[in-house]
Amino acid sequence: MSPHAPSKARVPAVEGWFVPDDASAALLGGRCRGCGTYSFPRAPLACPNPACRSGPAEEVRLSRTGRVWSYTDAAYKPPPPYVASDPFEPFAIAAVELEEEKLVVLGQVVPGVSASELYVGCEMELVTATLYEDQTNVYLVWKWKPLDRPTSTPSGGRARR
Amino acid sequence: MTGSGRVAVLGIGMHPWGKWGRSFVEYGLHAANAALDDAGISWEDVQLVSGADTIRNGYPGFVAGATFAQALGWSGARVSSVYAACASGAAAIASARAQILAGMVDVALVVGADTAPKGFFAPVGGDRRDDPDWLRFHLLGATNPTYFALYARRRMAIYGATSKDFAAVKAKNSRHGAANPNARYRDVVDVDDVLASPVVADPLHLLDICATSDGGAALVLASMDFARRHAASLPSGGTGKGIVSIAAVSTVTPRYPNTVIEMPNFATDSAACLPSSSASGNEQAGGPAGGETDEPAAAPTGGFRSQVAAAAYEEAGIGPEDVDLAEVYDLSSALELDWYEALGICGEGEAEELLRRGCTELGGRLPVNPSGGLSSFGEAIPAQAIAQVCEVVLQLRGGAAGRQVAGARVGITANQGLFGHGSSVVAMR
Repeated sequence: MSPHAPSKARVPAVEGWFVPDDASAALLGGRCRGCGTYSFPRAPLACPNPACRSGPAEEVRLSRTGRVWSYTDAAYKPPPPYVASDPFEPFAIAAVELEEEKLVVLGQVVPGVSASELYVGCEMELVTATLYEDQTNVYLVWKWKPLDRPTSTPSGGRARR
Repeated sequence: MTGSGRVAVLGIGMHPWGKWGRSFVEYGLHAANAALDDAGISWEDVQLVSGADTIRNGYPGFVAGATFAQALGWSGARVSSVYAACASGAAAIASARAQILAGMVDVALVVGADTAPKGFFAPVGGDRRDDPDWLRFHLLGATNPTYFALYARRRMAIYGATSKDFAAVKAKNSRHGAANPNARYRDVVDVDDVLASPVVADPLHLLDICATSDGGAALVLASMDFARRHAASLPSGGTGKGIVSIAAVSTVTPRYPNTVIEMPNFATDSAACLPSSSASGNEQAGGPAGGETDEPAAAPTGGFRSQVAAAAYEEAGIGPEDVDLAEVYDLSSALELDWYEALGICGEGEAEELLRRGCTELGGRLPVNPSGGLSSFGEAIPAQAIAQVCEVVLQLRGGAAGRQVAGARVGITANQGLFGHGSSVVAMR
C-alpha cells in the first residue's frame, strides 16, 4: 500500500456495500423481513428466496468474521476496470463463509498475505483497506485478513467455532 | 421419453478454432454452409435461423440470427437470436428445437460464432456500477480464472486432489485433441509441461486454463418426420446407422439457494432460511411471517451443475449408466473433475480416482472430451456449446477419425453460462 497525502479524501469504492470504518469494518447485507434469508449485496427489490414474496431486504451488518471456503490469488494484473498498482503486486482472494448468515463472500486478502499462507477453514476478519487512489481520493474496499495476524483494528466480530 | 420429443440432427459444421482475427460472421457463414452441405439441405429450405449471440462484436453480434441470415442471403426464414453467456449455443438449440417440436417449422439452422479478444475476458466497456460483472473486476480484480481456481483449491482441500491430477486432465485432453482438425491446440502435452507453466491463479497453471478463441459451429435440425423423408430421398438412402437425434436440452436455472460461489457474483445465496439451519439464530426461518412466506423449501440436492445434468437425464429418460461419451465444459482442467460428479459418472469426491484409472480417456469406460475439450479449442463463447453437440453427433455417426469412441450410441454435453444458465444436451442414435 503506497502512502498517500493526508489531504486526500477516503471514500468507499462502492456506495452502501460496507461500513468503511477502520475500527469496525462490516459488510452491509440484506436480511429478508419475511423468511429471514440473507443477501450480499443487499437484495434491493425482492427476496431471492422463491418461496417468499417479501419485498426489499432490510439492511444489516453481516458477521465480521468467518472461515475460508476456498482461496486463490491473482498472479497477473487483472484487466480494467480493475485499477492495478504499478508495478503490479499480486494479491490473494478468499471466499469466506459466514456461519450465521450461511453466505460465502468474496474479498481480496490484505496485502502481505499470500495464498500459500491461507487454508480452507482459516479464520478471517473483515477490514477496510485501500483499493486504489487517484489525485484526489483514496478509494476503500473491504478485504479479508487472517485472524491470527497482528491487527491494528480491534476484533469486533463474534467469535466463531 | 419416446421419439416424439426428439428432433433430428441432419447436419453439423464447424470453422476451425484459432485466433484468426477475422469477422465472426465469416466463421459462422463457413460453419453454416458446412452444416447445410453435411445435411444435403439447401439454404432456401431452411425455415428458421437460430443464432447464438456474441456481445463483443457490436450490434451484428446482438442479432446474430439475422446477421447470419443476411450473410446467407435473405430468404424469408424466421429468425431467433439468443444470449445466455457460455450457454448461448444451447439456448439457440433450445429455441430451434422448441419451434420444431411445436410444429412451427420442419428445418432449422443453428449458428454460433465469435471473434474473441486476447487474454482475460474483461467486462463489456463503460462505467457500469450497477453491473456485477463490471463490479467484480473493479472491486475484487476477480477474473474468470479466479472462480475456477476457487473450485480447484476446494477440491484439493476436501477431496485430496493434487495439481498433478489437474495437469493429468489437460494431458488427457491434449491427447484427444491432437486428432481433431478443428482444434486450435494440437500438440500433446504431459503433466510436467502443465506444472512447468506459470501459475495464473493458485493452484491453476496457465495450461490448466482454457484460452479464448475464434471459431464457429452450426447444426441443421429437423423434425423426425422430415428427417425420415429426407433420408429416404438421398441417393444412399440414409446412413444405415439410424438418425442421430437430440433427446434433451436442459436450460435450467439454479434452485435457491445456490451455495457455490458463481461468476460474476460476490457471494453465494444464503442457506439461512432452510429448515436445516433453524439452529443458526434465524428466528424467522420457516415462520408464517405475516402470511408472506410459504412452506420453507427443502434444500436442493447437489449443486447447480448436478441440477443441469439431472434435468437433461430426466428429459431424455436415461441415466448416467446409459451414456457412452461426454463433452463437458473444461474451462479449467479441475472443473472437468467437477463435471464428472455432476453428471453422475462417479460419486462426490471420486473424480480424481476415475481419472487416474483412465476411465475418461479414449478407450476407457466413458471417454470425456474426446474432441479435446476447451483445453484444445479455447472458448469461442456462442459457438462452444454447439461445437460440443457437433462432436457428439460425429461420434454417434462413427465418423470421429483418430478419436472415435467405439460403438457410441448416447452422448451428453454439459456447460454452464454465467448469471445462472444451465446447458446440457443429450443426443442418441
